[in-house]
Amino acid sequence: MNDKKYILGGLLIFIVLFAFPFWFNLGKAAPAPNPVLSEKAKAAGKCVMPTEFMRAEHMKLLGMWRRSVVRHAKREFINPEGKQYTMSLQNTCLNCHDNKAKFCDKCHDYASVDVYCWDCHIDKSKGEE
Amino acid sequence: MLELAVKGDKKYWSWVVALLAVIGGAFLIYLWQLKFGLGITGMSRDVSWGFYIANFTYLVGVAAGGVMVVLPYYLHDYKAYGRITVLGEFLAIGAIVMCLLFIIVDLGQPMRILNVWLYPTPHSVLFWDTIVLNGYLFLNIVVGWNVLEAERNNVHYQAWLKPFIYISIPWAVSIHTVTAYLYCGLPGRGFWLTAILAPRFLASAFAAGPALLILLCLFVRKVSRFDPGREQIQSLAKTVAYAICINVFFFLCEVFVAFYSNIPEHMDHLKYLFAGLHGHGLLVPWMWASLILMVVGIIMTVTPLTRKNETTLACACVAIIVGTWIDKGLGMISGGFVPNPLHQVNEYAPTLPEIGITIGVYAAGALVLTILYKIAVGVKEEVRA
Amino acid sequence: MDSSRRSVLKFFGLTALGLASRPVFNAFATEHGHSAMHFEKGAKALKAKQWAMVIDTRKFESADELEPIIEACNKAHNIPQFENKNHEIKWIWETEYHNAFPQSPNRFLSEEAEQRPYLVLCNHCENPPCCRACPTQATFKRESDGIVIMDFHRCIGCRFCMAACPFGSRSFNFRDPRPFIPELNKDYPTRMKGVVEKCNFCAERLAKGLEPACVEASEGAIVFGDLYDPESEVRKLLRENYTIRRKQSLGTEPCVYYIV
Repeated sequence: MNDKKYILGGLLIFIVLFAFPFWFNLGKAAPAPNPVLSEKAKAAGKCVMPTEFMRAEHMKLLGMWRRSVVRHAKREFINPEGKQYTMSLQNTCLNCHDNKAKFCDKCHDYASVDVYCWDCHIDKSKGEE
Repeated sequence: MLELAVKGDKKYWSWVVALLAVIGGAFLIYLWQLKFGLGITGMSRDVSWGFYIANFTYLVGVAAGGVMVVLPYYLHDYKAYGRITVLGEFLAIGAIVMCLLFIIVDLGQPMRILNVWLYPTPHSVLFWDTIVLNGYLFLNIVVGWNVLEAERNNVHYQAWLKPFIYISIPWAVSIHTVTAYLYCGLPGRGFWLTAILAPRFLASAFAAGPALLILLCLFVRKVSRFDPGREQIQSLAKTVAYAICINVFFFLCEVFVAFYSNIPEHMDHLKYLFAGLHGHGLLVPWMWASLILMVVGIIMTVTPLTRKNETTLACACVAIIVGTWIDKGLGMISGGFVPNPLHQVNEYAPTLPEIGITIGVYAAGALVLTILYKIAVGVKEEVRA
Repeated sequence: MDSSRRSVLKFFGLTALGLASRPVFNAFATEHGHSAMHFEKGAKALKAKQWAMVIDTRKFESADELEPIIEACNKAHNIPQFENKNHEIKWIWETEYHNAFPQSPNRFLSEEAEQRPYLVLCNHCENPPCCRACPTQATFKRESDGIVIMDFHRCIGCRFCMAACPFGSRSFNFRDPRPFIPELNKDYPTRMKGVVEKCNFCAERLAKGLEPACVEASEGAIVFGDLYDPESEVRKLLRENYTIRRKQSLGTEPCVYYIV
């Protein structure tokens, strides 16, 4: 078995290459994101669902909203407290969170999440567009 | 058996590298298309399917054509084809790979392609098309590979392969039938709305597929020590002869129905293709060339003298491949979209980037085919050595 | 139980099972066994079994009169304007008689009727071939009111629906439309490149109790209503006038009627 050194060498090179993202970024962690609540959102006090829920599950909720609005023609959301909201990313979410760049993008950028929401939905906070 | 594919001479490797270079170039164009959108093609609101789907349709035919060697060998025990069935199956694999690539490059949102299976929709023909195409790819890989390996080991192929082999025969018919159903079930597209579309597709497939296989056999004989055999090539030639006759016959049936019934919606597309409509006639020379090539193909494959001479046979095959490609690749898709549903004429021609991506897909298919044929021919040489 | 409700239950059922360690979640998930959150139609939303439209073509003399109607739609839905005709997006547009009705171009028609401009749009067929063709149900016939609608999030851009539509009512986004929208309506989304789009009978306006933008802009020339309500204005017009539909013989049952 005189191939041993080639096999081990090859394995080593593979592991080093495979682990590239880890050792390359070692000790260079980006600071944790710090999304800023807009004045409007602060004034409202609470979102359509409790904050913890929204933090963890907003994408699923938005997915359900989308399905309901587009596919079932039901556009009103009634939360467990009985409060009613029109389901619209552009016209309800962004109405309160009128600072997409400082709110949505903060965590998305940090987590390297490239959502395609904004390919169609308009970020109203951008005044100039 | 894969090791056979990496043992080649300089010519083989230069060919592989050349193909890779073409694929790489085309991939860059595709990245551009991905970024810009399908606007870099010549497609439009009216002609919403173009070169990609046309070539896809043509290659489904080439893939289905492989069954013309599989069927006589396995069903009728026509022993001579035993030598070349694997060439037919591997041709089908290469063709299907190209078909799938053409579908992907044609999509506006290719990253969402799995939606087709995430939301399975039995009432959509396209859903079934993905199933039959992937199924046929799978069948040919399983059957072709295992039968070839058995041949290499000098044993009979495994018994469990039999059902797969038998299924693959009607399956080949199904891929082109379902592909024809994409078009012929659409109301308001008079050119495609004909029950004979699937048979016509099959006839052209059974001409073009085996014609390509003949050329490949002649090529294999030239570059290797494996001779696919004169009898095999002659038998294939007869298949080609019958199929191309039937293809032209079916076409003439279409012409009769459209013009004798005198229904404008059915006539207009044919008029556009062969005479031009409202002063637009981009495809007229192409369509006549196609018809002439197919007729030349008929004469040369039906006449014993020119069929038995392998040089003239090769010419006939080229004529038939080009003729059917124009017929299906250029005329069939554009022809169905012009005139549009509002009876306006907006013509289509592929753009350079579109042609570039198309060539890239063909190069990818050629690469798959090269590797598979290298393996197959390698095994055949080994066994006969 | 409709599927949105089912998906809510599934969602909470699964999370309750899998993420039971998350107390915050369980707080909603366990109330009455499932969440109390739900979806509804707005109180003002207009309802119908099958929306339909009657266009009184007699009221239009020149293409100029259609301009504001088309413009209203373009503005409401962020329709881009491309110079390259290949990339064109149209939801509602003007055409000639023999283009709108290519199967029945009667000869020696009254000159006035023949020279009138005709509005064409998606017919919201009762038997839509586009929905049959779509491999992902990205375009579908809405059960609640018969609108043939697009789910742009799901469309893979295969354009099978465009081949299937016998009315040429569908457009494809051959490139990003956003830079080509003359005046952005910030209350409505745009589309992205690579998806198909078409008229949605202003589903977003109906939900708010408003009639479609083109109807509103037409000053009475276009009437909108429920095809299956004998008392609707649409039915009244159909009763009192001779109407035609586009390519009726194909059996798609278009829901846009024309008084000629």
